[in-house]
Amino acid sequence: MTAAGDSPATPVVELRSISKRFGDVLANEGVNLSLWGGEVHGVLGENGAGKTTLMRILYGLSIPDGGEIYVDGDLAHFASPKDAIGAGIGMVTQHFALVRPMTVTENIILGRTGGAILDLDRAKDLVEEAADRYGLHVEPDRRLSDLSVGEQQRVEILKALYRECRVLILDEPTAVLTPQEIRALFATLDRLRASGMAIVFISHKLPEVMELTDRVTVLRHGKVVHTVETDEVDAAGLASWMVGRPAAPPEPRTHSEPGATALEVSDLSAVGGLDLPALSDVNFEVAAGEILGVAGVSGNGQTELAEVLSGMRKPTAGSIIADGTQIAGKGPKQVIAAGVGRIPEDRHEALVGDMSVANNLILEHLDEAGKRLILDRDRIRANALDLIERFSIKAGPDDLVKTLSGGNIQKVLLARVLVREPRVIVVSQPTRGLDIGATAYVRNELLAMRRQGAAIVLMSEDLDELLELSDRLIVLYDGRIAGRVDAAEADRDQLGLLMAGHTEVA
Amino acid sequence: MVKWRRGATTAGLILLGTFVITAPFIMLAGANPFAAYGEFLVSPLTSRYSGLEVLVSSIPLILTGVSVALAFRAGYWNIGAEGQLLMGAVAGAGVGMLVSDQSRFLVLPIVILAGAAAGALWALVPALLRVKMGIDEVVTTLLLNPVALLIVTALLSGPWADPETGFPESERIAESAQFPILVPRSRLHLGFLVGLAIAGLVWFVLSRTVAGLQVRAVGSGPKAARFAGISVGRTLLTVALASGAIAGIAGASEVSGIQYRLTGGLSAGFGYTGIVVATLGALAMPTVVLAALLLADLNVGAGSAGRVLGVPSQLGDVIQATVLLVTVGVLAYRRYHHKVLKSEVEEAPGEGAVPEVEEVDTS
Ligand SMILES: Nc1ncnc2c1ncn2[C@@H]1O[C@H](COP(=O)(O)OP(=O)(O)O)[C@@H](O)[C@H]1O
Ligand SMILES: [Mg+2]
Repeated sequence: MTAAGDSPATPVVELRSISKRFGDVLANEGVNLSLWGGEVHGVLGENGAGKTTLMRILYGLSIPDGGEIYVDGDLAHFASPKDAIGAGIGMVTQHFALVRPMTVTENIILGRTGGAILDLDRAKDLVEEAADRYGLHVEPDRRLSDLSVGEQQRVEILKALYRECRVLILDEPTAVLTPQEIRALFATLDRLRASGMAIVFISHKLPEVMELTDRVTVLRHGKVVHTVETDEVDAAGLASWMVGRPAAPPEPRTHSEPGATALEVSDLSAVGGLDLPALSDVNFEVAAGEILGVAGVSGNGQTELAEVLSGMRKPTAGSIIADGTQIAGKGPKQVIAAGVGRIPEDRHEALVGDMSVANNLILEHLDEAGKRLILDRDRIRANALDLIERFSIKAGPDDLVKTLSGGNIQKVLLARVLVREPRVIVVSQPTRGLDIGATAYVRNELLAMRRQGAAIVLMSEDLDELLELSDRLIVLYDGRIAGRVDAAEADRDQLGLLMAGHTEVA
Repeated sequence: MVKWRRGATTAGLILLGTFVITAPFIMLAGANPFAAYGEFLVSPLTSRYSGLEVLVSSIPLILTGVSVALAFRAGYWNIGAEGQLLMGAVAGAGVGMLVSDQSRFLVLPIVILAGAAAGALWALVPALLRVKMGIDEVVTTLLLNPVALLIVTALLSGPWADPETGFPESERIAESAQFPILVPRSRLHLGFLVGLAIAGLVWFVLSRTVAGLQVRAVGSGPKAARFAGISVGRTLLTVALASGAIAGIAGASEVSGIQYRLTGGLSAGFGYTGIVVATLGALAMPTVVLAALLLADLNVGAGSAGRVLGVPSQLGDVIQATVLLVTVGVLAYRRYHHKVLKSEVEEAPGEGAVPEVEEVDTS
């Protein structure tokens, strides 16, 4: 590792007018970025702004169409990550590249040639040293498959440190962490910064960027909007740079008196993918006009809960009464008929990509799609035009769904479900992958349904979203309800502990 | 429309590829490839008789092509049209030998229905295995093809062998069970109209009915179809039986329209050629019919090319086999290309896999 006292006259890495095109999309256009030793540099932008593309170029994973990379002032060419690693660049990608059956140490030395035995010792030393110096605690002999996501991320960072990187790129590192893990990560990054490393911190979450970074570069549509000292801006300013105009404030959540119970889940249990128990004895009720948020680190039963409530997975025990109808163990058809609107976590599993918007909009109610058995194409089209207008979907009725952007795909799904004014709504990760505008739209639609008296179960991995929308929260851990919290009194620390499996007493 | 243009490029690619690959063989056989292709494709259309023969040999290909295309549209990979066709032929011949001089108007519908029922029955078991137990239908439908041929052979070498000659051929079916000839002094029979009617019917059902919308949804997005409350299993079962029935009609039509008896060599692999036809026709019924006509043209042309150019008439088979291979290759490439592109997009931008370049108003 380079000492902190390096000459500050040249940046460690400088990117000059980097451009990269994918088909019609200019993912990066004339991007300049300099990274100095001892700084945390935030790269901020909406989904699709080009952050990942830029970092893949810096890490040699992707060859730019134009522009240069300078390392310590000298022109460099990265044909592969090997070259970038050689120049002292390390990257923790959004999806980890770890070998699950191997141990932490083995993963760390993987890809390095030379005396394996020596390396193993050195790696172990490093793991221990890193724990002391940077607070990166992991046990060297544990298998990767036994580690939590947060621990796996630490292994990725260790891997980069082992390769003696001077520049560490973290692509949306907080997306998968609990609040406590985020705090620990920030502490580690603070210490790495103090040791003179240049750190690139990618995020689209403003508070994190404000808290952690020294400088920040905002990308929009592949171009740099501004690079500034973080001290000189506030979150609102950054947000308006990200979207290109002042961000719309979220609609204030009006207080509403919850009505009668519209969804009653009792003693619900289910098994997951590998026939392992995924839900155990889950109990909750949701009143009309209420949003119940379901929090939890992913993989703790939210997916299965959504599937069971949607009729896509049979529970092994328990009852689900939706608007007076027992739907436990019923298929999608009966669940829809019982007045349950379903918006699943993977939009592509609810819509047929190779079919038109119009046909997808009618798919849940085919009995209304025809006169006798013949398709009523005029009616299908009229229905589509109506919904496209009401939900401001940017597409025509005959466009194939797969050609739409994520935000518009989500709107098609919302339109199909919400137009039925369902009494109960089961919705998972409604804004995942959407830009700020589409996110605000989707959240406001959900709030509108709440005002109209729908009972809504909302699963989300985005804690801010849960806190913003929910009236009450339950936290799932290992398929059980680890705690119940009133959203108005919810405190992130307490939620974080519950998400990490500590019970309510803690 | 885009779909049409894509289909046309696919067909163009396939034909070009076939020409390039087969040209050296034609030259080895001592002929000019352009002249040979002219002979293969154009000359059959230059005389009344051979033109009508093209239509005659298109009949089983239209039917098996539609059968396979229908199944494929639902994502049911029926490779068993050959066996279903043979069973349809057995049933058609059985009815034809039972009846005597009843009215044609009574007998012919029975012959066709019997063929359909036998084909559907032959398709039933693999369909049930797939729907109830998730057993891959590609293997089961394919494995039943030789079984069907064995049944035909067993019948012809035993109970149904010609009582006079002892040849492995059934006795002639009754006159009333024979398809009428549509054009005098030709072999063009009722089966041609039956084939066109079925192609039209399947087209109508798929594109204009609620059930057809269900089939298409199941075919292009089984998960989303299930999510929307469509019974995927029932849809697949229905489609599999319909597909088997159409292939069965192809068999009955060969018996009643051409052979007038059950013979072991009644199908020149029509069930397999149906896969080529369906694929070449991009699974859309109008183009499937065109593809069947094209292959029929090639079949007829291969015969005369042999005589005229002195090339072996097996070149026709070589070309047809090449069409099949190139078709499969082009489709596999398409699918591979599609997947690779998709996975690149998925891998690179993480959760932002779908480009978000729109400006959304936040009102
Ligand atoms: N491999 C790829 N193929 C096609 N398009 C891509 C690819 N990688 C990224 N893109 C597109 O480039 C743009 C920028 O993507 P990305 O860099 O992942 O954004 P971010 O990380 O800021 O969310 C997006 O429109 C995305 O769809
Ligand atoms: Mg990204």
